[in-house]
Amino acid sequence: MEFAELIKTPRVDNVVLHRPFYPAVEGTLCLTGHHLILSSRQDNTEELWLLHSNIDAIDKRFVGSLGTIIIKCKDFRIIQLDIPGMEECLNIASSIEALSTLDSITLMYPFFYRPMFEVIEDGWHSFLPEQEFELYSSASGEWRLSYVNKEFAVCPSYPPTVIVPKSIDDEALRKVATFRHGGRFPVLSYYHQKNGMVIMRSGQPLTGTNGRRCKEDEKLINATLRVGKRGYIIDTRSLNVAQQARAKGGGFEQEAHYPQWRRIHKSIERYHILQESLIKLVEACNDQTHNMDRWLSKLEASNWLTHIKEILTTACLAAQCIDREGASVLIHGTEGTDSTLQVTSLAQIILEPRSRTIRGFEALIEREWLQAGHPFQQRCAQSAYCNTKQKWEAPVFLLFLDCVWQILRQFPCSFEFNENFLIMLFEHAYASQFGTFLGNSESERCKLKLQQKTMSLWSWVNQPSELSKYTNPLFEANNLVIWPSVAPQSLPLWEGI
Amino acid sequence: MEHIRTTKVEQVKLLDRFSTSNKSLTGTLYLTATHLLFIDSHQKETWILHHHIASVEKLALTTSGCPLVIQCKNFRIVHFIVPRERDCHDIYNSLLQLSKQAKYEDLYAFSYNPKQNDSERLQGWQLIDLAEEYKRMGVPNSHWELSDANREYKICETYPRELYVPWTASKPIIVGSSKFRSKGRFPVLSYYHQDKKAAICRCSQPLSGFSARCVEDEHLLQAISKANPVNRYMYVVDTRPKLNAMANRAAGKGYENEDNYSSIRFQFVGIENIHVMRSSLQKLLEVNGTKGLSVNDFYSGLESSGWLRHIKAVMDAAIFLAKAIMVENASVLVHCSDGWDRTSQVCSLGSLLLDSYYRTIKGFMVLIDKDWISFGHKFSERCGHLDGDPKEVSPVFTQFLECVWHLTEQFPQAFEFNEAFLLQIHEHIHSCQFGNFLGNCQKEREELKLKEKTYSLWPFLLEDQKKYLNPLYSSKSHRFIVLEPNTVSFNFKFWRNMYHQFDRTLHPRQSVFNIIMNMNEQNKQLEKDIKDLESKIKQRKNKQTDDILTKELLHSFHPESPTLKTSLCFKEQTLLPVNDSLRTIEGSSPADNRYSDYAEEFSKSEPAVVSLEYGVARMTC
Repeated sequence: MEFAELIKTPRVDNVVLHRPFYPAVEGTLCLTGHHLILSSRQDNTEELWLLHSNIDAIDKRFVGSLGTIIIKCKDFRIIQLDIPGMEECLNIASSIEALSTLDSITLMYPFFYRPMFEVIEDGWHSFLPEQEFELYSSASGEWRLSYVNKEFAVCPSYPPTVIVPKSIDDEALRKVATFRHGGRFPVLSYYHQKNGMVIMRSGQPLTGTNGRRCKEDEKLINATLRVGKRGYIIDTRSLNVAQQARAKGGGFEQEAHYPQWRRIHKSIERYHILQESLIKLVEACNDQTHNMDRWLSKLEASNWLTHIKEILTTACLAAQCIDREGASVLIHGTEGTDSTLQVTSLAQIILEPRSRTIRGFEALIEREWLQAGHPFQQRCAQSAYCNTKQKWEAPVFLLFLDCVWQILRQFPCSFEFNENFLIMLFEHAYASQFGTFLGNSESERCKLKLQQKTMSLWSWVNQPSELSKYTNPLFEANNLVIWPSVAPQSLPLWEGI
Repeated sequence: MEHIRTTKVEQVKLLDRFSTSNKSLTGTLYLTATHLLFIDSHQKETWILHHHIASVEKLALTTSGCPLVIQCKNFRIVHFIVPRERDCHDIYNSLLQLSKQAKYEDLYAFSYNPKQNDSERLQGWQLIDLAEEYKRMGVPNSHWELSDANREYKICETYPRELYVPWTASKPIIVGSSKFRSKGRFPVLSYYHQDKKAAICRCSQPLSGFSARCVEDEHLLQAISKANPVNRYMYVVDTRPKLNAMANRAAGKGYENEDNYSSIRFQFVGIENIHVMRSSLQKLLEVNGTKGLSVNDFYSGLESSGWLRHIKAVMDAAIFLAKAIMVENASVLVHCSDGWDRTSQVCSLGSLLLDSYYRTIKGFMVLIDKDWISFGHKFSERCGHLDGDPKEVSPVFTQFLECVWHLTEQFPQAFEFNEAFLLQIHEHIHSCQFGNFLGNCQKEREELKLKEKTYSLWPFLLEDQKKYLNPLYSSKSHRFIVLEPNTVSFNFKFWRNMYHQFDRTLHPRQSVFNIIMNMNEQNKQLEKDIKDLESKIKQRKNKQTDDILTKELLHSFHPESPTLKTSLCFKEQTLLPVNDSLRTIEGSSPADNRYSDYAEEFSKSEPAVVSLEYGVARMTC
């Protein structure tokens, strides 16, 4: 398919661009295969380059022969284009619509993007699991790298290399995988250097209604406990939801079979509930006309901050188990690809000073989100303005970034990066010229040959000139565990977004 | 003294207000004539001034002792558990009596002695001179003059002696107009904008009833509009909701009829009255006091309290004023019912938006002196200084401070002072430690001989200026730069540092502000060192005419200086945080450094020590 077929009118003159908080600009609108470009053709004014993949929804309106297209972006921007001429306007609108909803990943911009900068360090190789494991050198007595998932056969959403207890062999891992949702057997997520305690994550156990059990699974997670110690299992679903999951073959660990573990249920919402929450929030933010009461009640009705609080509380709980109680933790929800990752990664930000540096945070995202198989492609397909609701869209990653921002607000000097870094990550997760956030798992990324065909975001970000934009001037390394407050009074709304 | 039966109780527990795990500190409670003092086992002192106590409550006896809950006017809430019920009862009774004095003479200000002699005290009172301030605005001039009509408080008891009116307004007109205005508060000048030649004037509601009119009052308003050579039209802003103003008509009061006054435009802005504000704050505090509050409850509580809506209403009114003057060049007359609550809020905020002088530390003091103290905002009644009518208490001034805080949030560079300054002022309107805010009007203050018997707060604040400076302030801006705040609802936030000032666990653990302040401080010190060293070198040069010797000296100096500097740096870092121990004395001295202490502790002390309140793991399924 050629992009040219989709572009009926590649150029329109005298288009007026309206953006909130900016003066209107008049200029020439051009459509290319991946961008919408508006330039006033004067030297000093900036041009608007908008990726089609950033477009969430468009509205058309006509007044006489003047057509107006309102473009709502995934990063919550809203821009308005006044286009003279009915036909041009219709053509442009239909082109945008077609181009912004391309089905095939390989037609996306990252596959066409040629970097204009010199690659100093290839981001695809910046954070290899082997290197990460070396950082846990003191853990090597009890843990090992396993290549059991080399061909993505054991678990399609895991990376080829995972860290597991040394005493468990690959054969046992295969067995455990059949007992966990999506084959996601428990793997190491974080090793706390201070006391050797760990965070593990997995999918839910497939106990079903008749209470299946798996000896290997029990052995695997028990292998992580010290003699006489107890561990905690944090289920990110409420007890009710977890019980209902049994009917579908899922379930939770029975006390009888896991006597050394205590189970704690937390309720972090998933999927469409989060998506609706975001839609309501953005709607409330965009309507500037309503009065104070309406704003507050809309903010409340969106429940966004409730979700934030719930996630932060759970992460604090996990961190507390590790640091205060000296107990290891296993975290899972249903699939173990959403709320689980929010909790494990936030707990690491609380516990581990390294993850509060720029590189450490990038490594965290690489390890805990990309390699751990958070389905970015599905979750970030649409944003707050889209009408066609798909079940699997959810601002899970955005919620995580918001939580990080909340901690950053409370500890403004403990992070090497600033707010802009988080916003940049948010924008790239939804629409980007880089391949980093494409695909749903490592195996999909392998099949797409992203490493060969696209650029990594990290290659670009880690250039010194770019890094300076994201550095926090007040950073002072803080080697301590940081405990955020999760009281509602301490959680404001993130205005940057 | 006769109220104090028990002066010392040991083994008292102080509960953490938001802790879910019933954590507590054990220590000794002392009762003095002016303060309640708690010293815990770490020797940390918590001072509570009796005048700050808003309510004391004795709860039902528990196994561990008798709980005593004290709510303060500065939004501190402490929860003690006294082991023996008799002690608790004694303290309870003493506090009840000590916190509510019947006479002005029993207030702390009359016994407070900061070791100053009489002339220093007098100088302190003269620090702010309102005549000087009017001169700065550019009055008297060809349109406005000083009127001596109220020199003996004969026309209006609640106004100051010196009032500025249009020069065309003769004394009979003033007298006539004052008879037509509630409490005799006739229209006078509050702020004069030199550039635009437009004025903000203030008064109380007219006694118009359904049809009454007063020729003198109409003349006076006309004189005000004529005093503006550019725009003959003036706005009359009634800050009340229209319904309230209509209801007042039945009582023989009301609002101006546009038909009777030539060249006015009448406008309601709808700020609620003191009773609504009082209960709104009450609701807000109730919501915030809840343990284990959920996000939804917090926001629905915030909404139903209506607090932020009221703040926005005040702000909107002030913006209306600023716009009328800047855009239309029109003078504005502001009133509410009596013209001392909402009118003060709106006039002072309006001038603050218009004139950058009021955004400096000194200027802000002047503004408070002018629009609040001298024009008779009833501080003693609104703050409940004496045991009086609880219906007269209302957080009107607190709202004004909150509006200013919102402005500092929106314009971080526009203000010379910081949040600590606002909090400190709020502290002292209730502390009764200084004479400034005692009494309800100037006449009363003179009768109390406050200037002879008490001290003024302002010089003490100025002395500690360093603590209240905003490091981001850029003073270069032009005097008449107008602030145009955005009042879209989501710009109004909950002021955590005001309403949870003493609940440490809720605050960010590190403060950017403090770090910047420290860096500033270090820079200044380093600059000074450089200057010192340079001057030393110069001196030596002069002394020793021998060239070679100087060179040698310079040589010996150079390798030394870096080490010298670093050692200085080091010294400073250790010196700065050492602010005398960890005391949290409240209101005991104006040099109260509670605020900075806090932040320092946050940034300095191991965050690991800070307990995690809501995230506390309940290890149950």
